[in-house]
Amino acid sequence: MSENTRKKRMLDTKMVPAPSHGIIPERDYYSTPVLEARHLGIEFGGLKAVDDFNLIIGKTEIAGLIGPNGAGKTTVFNLLTKVYQPTMGTIMVNGKDTAGMNTVQANKLGIARTFQNIRLFDNMTVEDNVRIGLHNQVKYGMFTGIFRLPAYWKQEKAQHEKALELLSIFDMQDLAGAQAGSLPYGAQRRLEIVRALATNPSLLLLDEPAAGMNPHETEELMRNIIKIRDQFQIAIMLIEHDMNLVMGICEGICVLNYGRIIAKGTADEIQANPTVIEAYLGKKKEG
Amino acid sequence: MKLKKSTVNNIIAYGLVIVAFIVCQLSLNAGTMSRSLKGQMIPICVYIVMAVSLNLVVGISGELSLGHAGFMSVGAYSGAIISAWLLEGLHIESAIVRLILSMLSGGVFAGLAGVLIGVPVLRLRGDYLAIVTLAFGEIIRSVMNCLYFSIDSGRLHVSFNNPSLPGKLLVNGPAGAKVVEKLATFPMGFALILFTLFVVLNMINSRSGRAIMATRDNRIAAEAMGINVTKYKMMAFVTAAVLAGMAGALYGLSFSTVDPAKFKFDTSILVLVFVVLGGIGNIWGSIIAATLLTVLPELLRAFSDYRMLVYAIVLILVMLATNNPIIRSLFDRLVRPRRTASNTQRGGASE
Amino acid sequence: MVSFLRFLINGISLGSVYAIIALGYTMVYGIAKMLNFAHGDVIMVGAYIAFCAISYLALPPLVAILCAMAVCTVLGIIIEGLAYRPLRQASKLAVLITAIGVSYLLQNSALLIWSPNPKVFPTVLDFGSIRLFGGDLVITSQAIITIVANIIIMLGLTAFTGKTKMGKAMRAVSEDKGAAELMGINVNRTISVTFAIGSALAAIAGVLLCSAYPTLQPTTGSMPGIKAFTAAVFGGIGSIPGAMIGGLLLGIIEILGKAYISTELGDAIVFAVLIVVLLFKPAGLLGKPMREKV
Repeated sequence: MSENTRKKRMLDTKMVPAPSHGIIPERDYYSTPVLEARHLGIEFGGLKAVDDFNLIIGKTEIAGLIGPNGAGKTTVFNLLTKVYQPTMGTIMVNGKDTAGMNTVQANKLGIARTFQNIRLFDNMTVEDNVRIGLHNQVKYGMFTGIFRLPAYWKQEKAQHEKALELLSIFDMQDLAGAQAGSLPYGAQRRLEIVRALATNPSLLLLDEPAAGMNPHETEELMRNIIKIRDQFQIAIMLIEHDMNLVMGICEGICVLNYGRIIAKGTADEIQANPTVIEAYLGKKKEG
Repeated sequence: MKLKKSTVNNIIAYGLVIVAFIVCQLSLNAGTMSRSLKGQMIPICVYIVMAVSLNLVVGISGELSLGHAGFMSVGAYSGAIISAWLLEGLHIESAIVRLILSMLSGGVFAGLAGVLIGVPVLRLRGDYLAIVTLAFGEIIRSVMNCLYFSIDSGRLHVSFNNPSLPGKLLVNGPAGAKVVEKLATFPMGFALILFTLFVVLNMINSRSGRAIMATRDNRIAAEAMGINVTKYKMMAFVTAAVLAGMAGALYGLSFSTVDPAKFKFDTSILVLVFVVLGGIGNIWGSIIAATLLTVLPELLRAFSDYRMLVYAIVLILVMLATNNPIIRSLFDRLVRPRRTASNTQRGGASE
Repeated sequence: MVSFLRFLINGISLGSVYAIIALGYTMVYGIAKMLNFAHGDVIMVGAYIAFCAISYLALPPLVAILCAMAVCTVLGIIIEGLAYRPLRQASKLAVLITAIGVSYLLQNSALLIWSPNPKVFPTVLDFGSIRLFGGDLVITSQAIITIVANIIIMLGLTAFTGKTKMGKAMRAVSEDKGAAELMGINVNRTISVTFAIGSALAAIAGVLLCSAYPTLQPTTGSMPGIKAFTAAVFGGIGSIPGAMIGGLLLGIIEILGKAYISTELGDAIVFAVLIVVLLFKPAGLLGKPMREKV
């Protein structure tokens, strides 16, 4: 493939046509995208849950994935994070093909996620949850840990500080010692984001981050998502039903219905798209 | 630097174990301990180690294992064989050196068995995993029923299903392993408890231990955080096997013979009962439960024939009581007021 | 060749006993999602009741079997109601330990009532035998009855779970207790009935087992219980044809393994085959693979 057709193809599938918001730091559209999914699909017993899913996400882009219930949004996340192995298509993360990889390897390549139905390590403390995220950045083995060699003390201290620093994004450092399962719902969602962030990803997938939050909390979350992107220089893709959030912060939006992409574009384009209105917004009363 | 709460708790607990040891040792020396209790001292140590190591699998890594006695038997057999070889092959006279080396080799062989078994077992989940660990425990026992070892002028001979071996038979199929010299001592049992606690508690409070607990709490989330679930399940499983093997070696060396029937499925279950009654994931609970329940059948001697019946009824009643919502909430109200207070404090700070 | 056939028939006969126990096990597991370690001991109780009915009361074998079934049914309902029902919301491990407690309770009660000395189970199912190949191959009536009983029970259970109202309720409860309750199904009663059926089958299996291997003692049931559970897992737990196939295969493998490989290793071979099967088919031969929702 020549360099020119490659650039053209990327522009075709790119969701953000041009930098429009002032908040976006300058970025190079022609560098390797963080995520490149081509003809991605999965069948469950003959039923195509996701079909021909094409998407490119550039560095530091905030993308939204919306669609009615059962459209296959979470399935897309499960495919990208290799919880399910796609039956069709390819996923490239930072230019590397993820074929044959498992969830762990996908994470090491730079994809981190949160879950729609919160999946914290409930019996562990808030800090330990974040430390699990830091797991692969800490390099001491079982014996160092058991026999408390100097590397243990040094790295534990560094890990502790890093965990508190990450928690401070959401102003949660005071909760470090609390049991994760005992936190209020909103705090649990925020902790999941911190934990995912701790794995040092280049693409953060948020599955309904604002679910169950009140408008005030949602607004704060929007600010924080942008803050995370700016501070860590990562791309973020989110599934969300709260249209204020999606339209407010997503630079590119991708609409899914019955497992297929029915529209892609900016918030304005999506809101004006008749197919989307028919499939989705027209039926939705609130938001 | 202020010490962490868990560190303080651990120091207190180690202290309590040491005090308990000193009391027992003094009472042994003074001769005030009853004869039957005296005979229970090493088994208590062994069962504590078994319970704590099983708790690493069941409580910390969250997988139900019904074959823990299998590792104990591997340790007991290797301990019996190696101790004989150390004496007759290597001519090591010092009893304590032989004991330590036998226990270490018991741990190593049980660990190897743990790796062999862990590879297939840990691919399964839930009850399937449990039933396969049970199957492995039974396989180990069946294989031991067919195993023959002999020692002839310092050299070991092995055979399968064939008792005609040169020299002195060490392992004689269904009749079990002969122990050349009863090397096990109570202080060594105590040292093994401390070692086990050291390994397990330090492991829990380290990177590996946290990863193990993460795989227990939520396998899918742990994978999404880049944690190799199988590796850490394996780590817990093999560590537990090594500790059980060491305990098994000590146990074996406290008898004159060890036969495969000592490591039946019932033994695995007995240890599991200690773990569950002590509180799943609660290391100190395992110690207390193992001690009390090893002594309990002795105390129930008064009931003679009804002893095991009473034990069974007590077991059922305790399970029913501890899982009864009314009794539970009563218990929580009695025990937890402090914790709730600190929680509200934390909650307040966050608002 | 003739000896192979003989082993095969012995295997099928033993496998049929395993299958009957496994059918009960698989139903109980399917609905209560618990490893009921006491199931094997219900077999033992059934065998003792039949033994007493025949030896002490001189009842005809069929009546004795009915007595055993009645007692075990009641026992199953009592165990479920007193020990397992209060733990419906408790952790799996708590239920498992309780089941073990019940198992100890039954074994030790039997020990006190019938003493640890093995009893010789009377021959009740001997109505002559079929001789083939000039008398080289003897098929006992006991083997035939066992195999036929197994087939009848399996067909009966399949019809019961598929056609009757209670059977459908059982399947609903095993799929989703909460939803079944909302649909107006009495979950507790359904589980009770399942335990009753499983225990009645255990009684039949106890009599058949002791007819083939006439040594009866308080621990008689534990190993067949574990093996039958293995058979249920082997065939795919929750599946009625699975339990049947698993039981038969297990019996055949055990007898052939003992005959051709090693007597001592018979059990080890059975368990090794289970492990190999689970590695390739983690949900058993006929089980449905489960997928966790993310």
